[in-house]
Amino acid sequence: MVVECPEEIPCDPCHDACPRGAIRPFEDINHLPEVDFDKCNGCGTCISACPGLAIFVVDETWGEAQALVKLPYEFVPLPKPGQDVVGLDRTGRARCTARVVRVQTSERQDKTSVVWIEVPKELSMEIRHIRVGGSACGVRETSG
Amino acid sequence: MTDDAMRITVHPILEFKRGRKVKFTFDGQELEGYEGEPIAAALHAAGVRVLRESPKLKRPRGFFCAIGNCSSCLMTVDGRPNVRVCIERLREGMRVETQRGKGVLLAND
Amino acid sequence: MRTTEICVIGAGPAGLCAAIAAREMGARVTCVDSGTRPGGQLVKQTHKFFGSRGQFAGRRGIDIARMLAAQVEGDPMVELMLESTVVGFYDDGTLGIEREDRVTFLKPERVICATGASERMLAFPGNDLPGVYGAGAVQTLMNVHGVRPGRAALMVGAGNIGLIVSYQLLQAGVEVVAVVEAMPNIGGYEVHARKIRRAGVPVLTSHTVKAAHGTRVVEGATICALGSDFEPVPGTDRRFQVDTICLAVGLTPLADLLWQAGCRMAYIPELGGHVALRDDNYETSRPGVYVAGDLAGIEEASSAMIEGTLAGLAAARSLGYTRPDVDERLAAARAELAALRAGPKGEKVRRGIERLMRLGKEVGVFA
Repeated sequence: MVVECPEEIPCDPCHDACPRGAIRPFEDINHLPEVDFDKCNGCGTCISACPGLAIFVVDETWGEAQALVKLPYEFVPLPKPGQDVVGLDRTGRARCTARVVRVQTSERQDKTSVVWIEVPKELSMEIRHIRVGGSACGVRETSG
Repeated sequence: MTDDAMRITVHPILEFKRGRKVKFTFDGQELEGYEGEPIAAALHAAGVRVLRESPKLKRPRGFFCAIGNCSSCLMTVDGRPNVRVCIERLREGMRVETQRGKGVLLAND
Repeated sequence: MRTTEICVIGAGPAGLCAAIAAREMGARVTCVDSGTRPGGQLVKQTHKFFGSRGQFAGRRGIDIARMLAAQVEGDPMVELMLESTVVGFYDDGTLGIEREDRVTFLKPERVICATGASERMLAFPGNDLPGVYGAGAVQTLMNVHGVRPGRAALMVGAGNIGLIVSYQLLQAGVEVVAVVEAMPNIGGYEVHARKIRRAGVPVLTSHTVKAAHGTRVVEGATICALGSDFEPVPGTDRRFQVDTICLAVGLTPLADLLWQAGCRMAYIPELGGHVALRDDNYETSRPGVYVAGDLAGIEEASSAMIEGTLAGLAAARSLGYTRPDVDERLAAARAELAALRAGPKGEKVRRGIERLMRLGKEVGVFA
C-alpha cells in the first residue's frame, strides 16, 4: 500500500483500521503513519478509513504490462466492473484509459467506495483518480 | 434552468428526505417546491436567484449567508415585508414577491 | 423569571459537548440554539473527520452531529430550546431569548457561550450580485436542502473551508473552475487540496478574485495574480464563466453577547478577531461566564468538542457538582487539546492562545 499522507496533522484512524496491525500505533497523532510492509497484504481496508483519502494500494504483479491500483472514490455515478474510465494523475490530467476491475462498497466503508482499476505499469505511481462517463467539464475560461 | 437541474437527486454521501410538493406563487407566477423547505431553496431550485432590489441603487440581491444573519434575502411573503426567505419555510399557497426597496408595512388587517 | 443552572448558548459541537459534560456531572442544563435542529456547522459536514477516536475521527460530521444530538434530545435533565435566539445578556446576568417574535427571560447560574463564528466578506466589484455566496451558505444549500448553488463555481479561499466546500461542490455535481488564495501558501490541509487537484481543480496561490460580472446575477468572474505586495499583477487577468462565486475568506467569532456581558476582550488575529480573556477552565473575566468552540478562537470542530467538554465540566464543578474522575477528565481534555495543536498546522493557534493567556495575566484579570 502507498500512504500519501503529505504533512503532519492530528489524525490516526488508519492505525485502528488495519486488521493486521500493519500501521504502527502513533506516539504522537501528528506523525505520519509508519507501515510494516511485512504485515501488509494489500487488503485495502485502510483506503476507506483514511479521512484524507490519501491511501492507495498498488499491485505491480497484477499483469505483464498492467498494474492494479485501488483508490478511494466518493462521487456518483459509481463505475461498474468491466467499464472503462479515464485515469487521472495528481494534477487531474487524463493519462490513460483504465478498466475497472472491482468496486467495493461495504457498510463499514461508510460511503467511501474503493475502486480497483487496471493501468499501464509505468503509470502505477501516477494515477490517483478517475473520471467516469463522458463528462469532460466544458471549457469555462474565456479570453480575459 | 429547470427544477431537475438544480435539485440534487443522487448524492454520494447524502440522502434527501423531502416533504410533499406544494404550489406557491412568485411575482404572480406559479411555482412548485417542497413543503417545509426554506422559500429561498425552492426559488433557487426553480432558477430564481434575484430576491429583492436594494433601496437606493436598485441593485439586484440574492441570498448570502443562508442562515438568517445577513438580511440579503428579504422578500415580501403573503403581504409581510422583510421576510428572511433563507430560513422562512414554504407552505402551500404562499404568495412570494420580489421586494423592491424597503418593505412596506401594512396596516393591521 | 425562569431559572436554570447552566445555560449553554449554541448547540453546535462545542455547545452540545458542554451540555453533555455538565449533565454528566449532574447539573441542570438549558441549551439554546437559533437553528431548527442541533448540530451547528456539523450538520453540513459530509467529510470524514481527522483527529483521534475521542473526537470521532473517521466519522462524518453529519453522523457526529446526530450522535451528539441524540445524547441531548430526550434527556430530561437537558432543556433544548431550538429556533430560539439569545438576543441580550443583561447586567444582572439575565438572558433575553427571542422565539417566534416574543422575548422571554432566563436567569442562569452559569453561562457557557458557544455561539461560533460568522463568515467574512470580501470587497470587489460586483460582490453583491446574486450568486456571490458565503461558503457556509453553499454548504447549507447543497447539504441540508439538496439544491445546487449553480452549474460552475469559483472558490475564493484555500483554508480548510474553501478546500472542503470545493470538494463538496464536486460531489454535488457542480464544476469548480479554480480555487484562488491570496496568500502564497494554502491555509488548509494539503490532503484536502490533493483531493480536488486530482479531480482537475487548480489551486492558485497568490491569486484573488478581481471582479464578479453579470447584470442581474453572477455570469462570470475575473481573477488575477498578486505580487509579493498583494497588489494585482498587470496582465495576469483570467476570466471564467461561472454562476457562483463562493467566499471562504475567514471566520470571526460571534462575540456580541460577550461584549454585552462585559467580558474583557482582546484582539488576537491568530484566533480570528476579538476573543474573551479566559483562564485554563475557559472561564472569562466575568465570573460564571465560559466560552468554548470557535467563539473562543477559530479552530476546528475537534477542538470545539473538547473545549465544550472542558467548560461543561468546569462550570458544573463550580456549582458544587463533582465526580471522582473529574480532575482526570479535565487533565485528559487539556492533553487532547495540546495533542491536536502540537503539529505544524497548530502553530498559529498556539501562538494566539499563548498571547491571549499572557495578556490575561498582564492586565491582571487572571493570576
